[in-house]
Amino acid sequence: MEFKDYYATLGVERSATQEEIKRSYRKLARKFHPDVSKEPDAEERFKAVAEAYKALGDPERRAAYDSVGSGHQGNQEFHPPPGWDSGFEFSGADAGFGGEQSEFFESLFGRHAGAGRRAQAPQHANGADHHAKVRISLADSYRGATRSITLQVPQADAAGHLTLQSRQLEVNIPKGIRDGQHLRLAGQGSPGTGRGMAGDLYLEIAFAPDPHFRVEGRDVYLDLPVAPWEAALGAAMAVATPDGSVELRVPPASSPGRKLRLKGKGLPGNPSGDLYAVLSIALPPADTDAAKAAYAELAKACGSFDPRHSMKEAPGV
Amino acid sequence: MSDYEQSTIQGVLIDEHLRLTLIELGRACDADTQHLIDLVDEGILTPRGDDPSTVYFDGQALLRARKALRLQRDLELETAATALVLELLDELERLRELLRRSDHLAR
Repeated sequence: MEFKDYYATLGVERSATQEEIKRSYRKLARKFHPDVSKEPDAEERFKAVAEAYKALGDPERRAAYDSVGSGHQGNQEFHPPPGWDSGFEFSGADAGFGGEQSEFFESLFGRHAGAGRRAQAPQHANGADHHAKVRISLADSYRGATRSITLQVPQADAAGHLTLQSRQLEVNIPKGIRDGQHLRLAGQGSPGTGRGMAGDLYLEIAFAPDPHFRVEGRDVYLDLPVAPWEAALGAAMAVATPDGSVELRVPPASSPGRKLRLKGKGLPGNPSGDLYAVLSIALPPADTDAAKAAYAELAKACGSFDPRHSMKEAPGV
Repeated sequence: MSDYEQSTIQGVLIDEHLRLTLIELGRACDADTQHLIDLVDEGILTPRGDDPSTVYFDGQALLRARKALRLQRDLELETAATALVLELLDELERLRELLRRSDHLAR
């Protein structure tokens, strides 16, 4: 087991006052709290900071940490002295992002040493809820999917040693689920103690970024480039959607930014969302004599067309 | 890591169709009901239903309540400050979404 330098985690001196420790914790917590921060490693960072504060924010626990910690540096191999923690009793319930501690923390303060300290461990306590994020593709939401999730659950063996058991769940991802929605799997969190109920497992659904489609609620948007003549004269074309190809008709005299709605082709549901194709116009390069001649013809035919018409009317120009 | 256990599970989708009583919401958030009533009084949670006997909370309220409780505990916030933080986070998310959308259009 590695020794954890909680002072370094909080960025304070070993001689810091309780007030300084609290201030540093709050500052780091505001920065890395997973509900606030979008940093990819925010949750890891916050857990480390919360654990360090749990150890150092409580003067009694800090004294215990200092007594075993003197002479240790971060990342060194660490073994707590045998029987060192008799005389301390830490217990309590905690949940949420700061609710899990490292093996190191638990070897010092016990497994149930949470933020809230109670004189006695509750006889019946509900198990903690667990959270996991599941990344799915847009097509998974269109069709429904099954995802395999591996959970690591600490469990005491016959000799009382904690081991991490891994448990695999097959979870059904319902059709039409949206980005950011949660699934609750009742009873799949930590087991309770006594008559306490097991916690729940919450799965947050996140859509993997898609190069072609953008989702707003149940509606799905796609950018559809068309040639100038397709926009001007109208055209029928096959368009790929997350759920297969559909036939789309671009009406004549369409301009860029025009939204064409394919009713009911968004995320499935009751009601289903719509799929919107947003037109953009791609210009063919004038890289052959024939293409150049065609552009020249077009200029002649549309002699009065002025693309900067609106700029001339703007005041001050 | 040792044992493997295999099972297929159907989750409950937490959406606007989910209905939770105050007691159920408290259990799902591991919070006492008075704490949740404080969140309602501060406007963080909005109960639904017409008369007091049929009042309920939907899935959005569950997510909202859990987020509020996490922020309160981890950042040591008072209820009024939590309400402000949640509103600012909503605004931030809205602006991020606008930015994403305009980035998408600019491509």
